[in-house]
Amino acid sequence: MTGVPEWVDGNDIAGATRELFAVDLTVARGRCATCGREAMVAEAHVYDRAPGIVARCASCESVLLRLVRAPDRAWLDLRGLSYLEVPIPAPVAPAAMPVVA
Amino acid sequence: MAVVTRGFTGRGRREVDLPPGQYLTDDFPVLSAGPTPRISLDEWRFEVADGDGTRQAWSWPELLALPSEEITTDIHCVTKWSKRGTHWRGVSLDTLLSGVDSDVGYVMAHSYGGYTTNLPMADVRDGKAWVAYEYEGEPLAPEHGGPARLLVPHLYFWKSAKWVRGLRLMATDEPGFWESAGYHMYGDPWREQRYWGD
Amino acid sequence: MTELATPTRRPLAWRVATVAAVREESVVARTLVLDVPDWPGHIAGQHVDVRLTAPDGYTAQRSYSLASAARASAGYAVSTVEILVQRIPRGEVSPWLCDIAMVGDQFEIRGPVGGYFVWEPSRPEPVLLVAGGSGIAPLMAMIRTRKEAGSRVPFRLIYSVRDPDTLIFGEELARRARDDHGLDVTIVYTRQTPPGWRRPPGRLDAVLLAEAGWPATLAPACYVCGPTGFVETVADLLVAAGHDPAAIRTERFGPTG
Repeated sequence: MTGVPEWVDGNDIAGATRELFAVDLTVARGRCATCGREAMVAEAHVYDRAPGIVARCASCESVLLRLVRAPDRAWLDLRGLSYLEVPIPAPVAPAAMPVVA
Repeated sequence: MAVVTRGFTGRGRREVDLPPGQYLTDDFPVLSAGPTPRISLDEWRFEVADGDGTRQAWSWPELLALPSEEITTDIHCVTKWSKRGTHWRGVSLDTLLSGVDSDVGYVMAHSYGGYTTNLPMADVRDGKAWVAYEYEGEPLAPEHGGPARLLVPHLYFWKSAKWVRGLRLMATDEPGFWESAGYHMYGDPWREQRYWGD
Repeated sequence: MTELATPTRRPLAWRVATVAAVREESVVARTLVLDVPDWPGHIAGQHVDVRLTAPDGYTAQRSYSLASAARASAGYAVSTVEILVQRIPRGEVSPWLCDIAMVGDQFEIRGPVGGYFVWEPSRPEPVLLVAGGSGIAPLMAMIRTRKEAGSRVPFRLIYSVRDPDTLIFGEELARRARDDHGLDVTIVYTRQTPPGWRRPPGRLDAVLLAEAGWPATLAPACYVCGPTGFVETVADLLVAAGHDPAAIRTERFGPTG
């Protein structure tokens, strides 16, 4: 197995993170706590041939996120991200709500 | 619950004398939590350090000059594959830790690339652990942890740190990379200690 | 209580998929048409996680892009989706999907997931699709969705394969290049071409990308999918050609055996 690419795109963890969150974490923007790069989680380098999922910064390769899944539990470590900006679809405005004066 | 998929057996086979929950494989899957470090042998060092700094360090030629052992062992990965009868050559940690006080309780293995894993001192002494640099008669390949990796085959294989660069002596146990994110502090495959609380 | 407009905001569950049809797409890849009751619908470019379970409880899981259009494809009910599977020698999941799976077989899928590498017909800008090998799958979903949605957004596909044997969706792409107005298809053979092909075998380069793609001044949305090295190279070429890095979306494949 020499020469195989070691990582895939952050898109890959969409399923694993949607088990934990109601929203798609891969389109969240985050800031690398180590080098300050801001990017979408989908753009991180993901190493998933491991006991857990490890997402690393595409610039400095520092660990951004770790996710370990046991049959009945999951552990999520976001220490490598100084923030995450998560898009949340706005509720639909009621169509014909009368304006109350 | 889960549907059984007709005709699917997977790569692994259940065998009675494997640790619980393990499947036998003939491959040697490559697992990695980060990019494979490329370490030149000129710069390679193995260091044993305590809180006060480095106690002892070996260069690559110095490591090779130490007495080595051939090890034949089964290995068990926490991702559920086991592999039988793997052959290694390496230096026993008894040799590398001979100058260390017997009252040190734990070590943290450190790797090139930043990986860490914690082990009780008792589990890396008395012929149970090695710094291995040959696999099946060949120099250990980078994807399997070369130039040298820890080999602690009686514990789950995440404890056998790839690209090892040294051991830090610790008075109390501290979690390493996977141990701080859900994996068991000790990791005995025969007691199926995969996760916290197992 | 406020009703949310997002049908996917519910716990992600494994669903049983039943193989409804199989289509061989090349010597190395096949389409599995899956019947998935209560399929919530998907957006072109999204993927699913596939889980196979052996009789002894052993499971193996991989991700596959959905290749079918975001809406129901002609001839199938709304609850069918299609995945493209490439056979990876010595793989674990792909040999079962490629060699053993037949109509009526069941396994589990979870999804759709992924909101990054997606295209929706409401997007107005021209689209450049660049595929390497089986990286064609999510891009095919976009091409099929464009047609089904009646979109007139111009699409250009540049598709790099080793040789004619490994060309996936060859006939359908040829047909769509003829019939889908506004879709251009350029096939690049890296090792061996069909007889009489106008271009000698060779890798996708800046010249070809400029010739068969869109100029950066048109600000196209770019989708690049394939093996890691291929995607890296193409993304670098696009940036060097002046494309806005933010307009380049990538999906790298590991060897999902």
